[in-house]
Amino acid sequence: MKSLIKQLVETPGPSGFEYEIRDVIREAIGDAADELRVDALGSLIAKKGVKTEQGLRVMISGHIDEIGLMVTHVDDRGFLRFTNIGGINPMTCYGGRVLFMDGTRGVIGMDSIESGKTPKLTDLFIDVGATSKEDCSVKVGDVCGFERPFIDLGKRMVAKSMDDRVAAAVAIEVLKRLESTPHELHFVFSTQEEVGLRGATTAAYGVDPDLGFAIDVTRSGDTPRFSPKMATALGDGPAIKVRDSSFIADPRLVDWMIKAAEEAGLPYQLEVLEAGGTDGRAIQLTRGGVPAGCVSIACRYIHSPSEMVDSDDVENAVQLLVKLLSEPIDLK
Amino acid sequence: MTENQKIQASNIPTIGDRQIELLEKLCNASAVSGDEQEVRQIVLEEIKPFADEIKVDALGNVLATKFGRGENRVRVMLAAHMDEIGFMIVKKHDDKLFQFERIGGIDERQLPGKAVLVGREHLPGVIGAKPIHMTTADERKNKIPVDALRIDLGPEIGEKVKPGDRATFATRFKRFGPSIQAKALDDRFGVAILIELLKHASENIDLLAAFTVQEEVGLRGARVVAYRFDPDMAIAVDSTPAYDLPHWDDEDQNVQYNTRLDAGPAIYVMDRATIADRRLVTLFSDAAQQEDIPYQFRQPGGGGTDAGVIHKTRAGIPSISVSVPSRYAHSAIGLARVDDWANTLRLLDAALVRVTPDLLAGERRG
Repeated sequence: MKSLIKQLVETPGPSGFEYEIRDVIREAIGDAADELRVDALGSLIAKKGVKTEQGLRVMISGHIDEIGLMVTHVDDRGFLRFTNIGGINPMTCYGGRVLFMDGTRGVIGMDSIESGKTPKLTDLFIDVGATSKEDCSVKVGDVCGFERPFIDLGKRMVAKSMDDRVAAAVAIEVLKRLESTPHELHFVFSTQEEVGLRGATTAAYGVDPDLGFAIDVTRSGDTPRFSPKMATALGDGPAIKVRDSSFIADPRLVDWMIKAAEEAGLPYQLEVLEAGGTDGRAIQLTRGGVPAGCVSIACRYIHSPSEMVDSDDVENAVQLLVKLLSEPIDLK
Repeated sequence: MTENQKIQASNIPTIGDRQIELLEKLCNASAVSGDEQEVRQIVLEEIKPFADEIKVDALGNVLATKFGRGENRVRVMLAAHMDEIGFMIVKKHDDKLFQFERIGGIDERQLPGKAVLVGREHLPGVIGAKPIHMTTADERKNKIPVDALRIDLGPEIGEKVKPGDRATFATRFKRFGPSIQAKALDDRFGVAILIELLKHASENIDLLAAFTVQEEVGLRGARVVAYRFDPDMAIAVDSTPAYDLPHWDDEDQNVQYNTRLDAGPAIYVMDRATIADRRLVTLFSDAAQQEDIPYQFRQPGGGGTDAGVIHKTRAGIPSISVSVPSRYAHSAIGLARVDDWANTLRLLDAALVRVTPDLLAGERRG
């Protein structure tokens, strides 16, 4: 799975510009799905299974977009001002490298680095090595993501856009390992999550599921001093979300997930995330309302170019999802 | 390109006296969010002879359809909001000084000393402030919070006003040379453009015109219109700030201007509510280049238009916004150019005649 994750995280795909990562995922799914389609907002929807008498129509959503930058101004000397796509922390920008969708590379500089102050986004600029405006191939509206290679630290993996490509890897792996299911499954590789769960909103309407859940990363409470007030830790297993600031998971889904993890002898942890949202909200609020939850992977340094997850958590998440989706669902 | 030779010549008029007169009527009407009836009346009168179907929905949106001819017509929704920012009276005092709240985004520093029109009778009032004679140097440094301001209507007139009445800035429309001064150019420009497009609809599409309500308080009207129209694609037509002014106190150039006057219609790539479908961005920029219409990309960043709710409707609707640039938006008086307005109308027409089913046949590519 590591090679798949490496390929996924190294493909650029800021919100709204997921066409390249979508192609990579489509290729990786191959014939593991019965049917593939792309909706109006660009989400890739992989259908698998036929709904039996005991089955449900289930939506599983992991977003394939990542945070990024969009150019707002090209000055006379060819420096680029930019705005954020999704939650960019200016602190993680200076000295960073970016990759535009057309392959152009650049570095991020800052007005008055000597001031020692935490920069605002408006203090930063991208330098693509142009010598003048005329020499600059990048235009207003062009989009880039951070460029960082995947690193394999053995048990731990680090990359940009682990949020949420690790979920795409989990979903692809589940699609491949699932031998049979009583359900009609719709794996949604959703777009524009980082700018407001937009892709999952329209995909959920289109799928019209009986039940759904998101796969996403969550914060990890196991770093030194001032770590987030959370019980989650890398390596303690997939996190079953109880709530985040965007939605409250259906308690019946929480119980269903806990029961499945215990039956399968898989480690799990419970997640209460005080700041952050996932596609689970979009699923829950679609049409007349849908029972919804979320399986999370604990992740350190979220929204930085170096997001870290644990390999065992990823593998255990795959096993938990295979277990959940192979059997009839009895919500109590 | 041979494709282009098939495109029908446009029959869209330029901006003449009749169009200016209509915009004047629209801008001088009062239509603070939630009470858009004055503008709605003008819209209904104007479009009645031209639309095939007209409906006013539960929220007060006007839905007008003009069917095209031929097969495989794309259903294109165009949205312009009828409402404007303004005020609501919240409390009447015995002295006929009225406490009020803002409806929509208004900078409270803009308020003291402005004339307003209150209620459906357009009763004249003044947002008063302490004269300079009475203020201390310290007081003059601070802004006056809206809670400390009153609308002064005086006796007799004040008797007619009650809590819940709405008020607008009293600014009257003025044309001078190439420019226009008016209140509510956001979004009477859009309303005027939609009326013109309905009157001269291109026949390759079904034109679904939405004159929406309550945009300024959260894109509320457009949400339900998009659900009902269920279009194949959508375009929000709005007005966006031009902050193309020098920074006198800054040694570097102004790099956050949003848009510039005289640079033509502003095509949206991204704002806080929508990432425009690139197929539509290309449709507009190609149309502009082929027809030699000046255009600019609005600087990506903040703000939002009706497209923000339209594109998320049902299973998703490819959407974009196009705006007429205007200086001093959301203040008592905006300033814009007739040419930017005319070119926005031309560009929309040029883009609409180029809409074919092929445009949306493939996958969204950003």
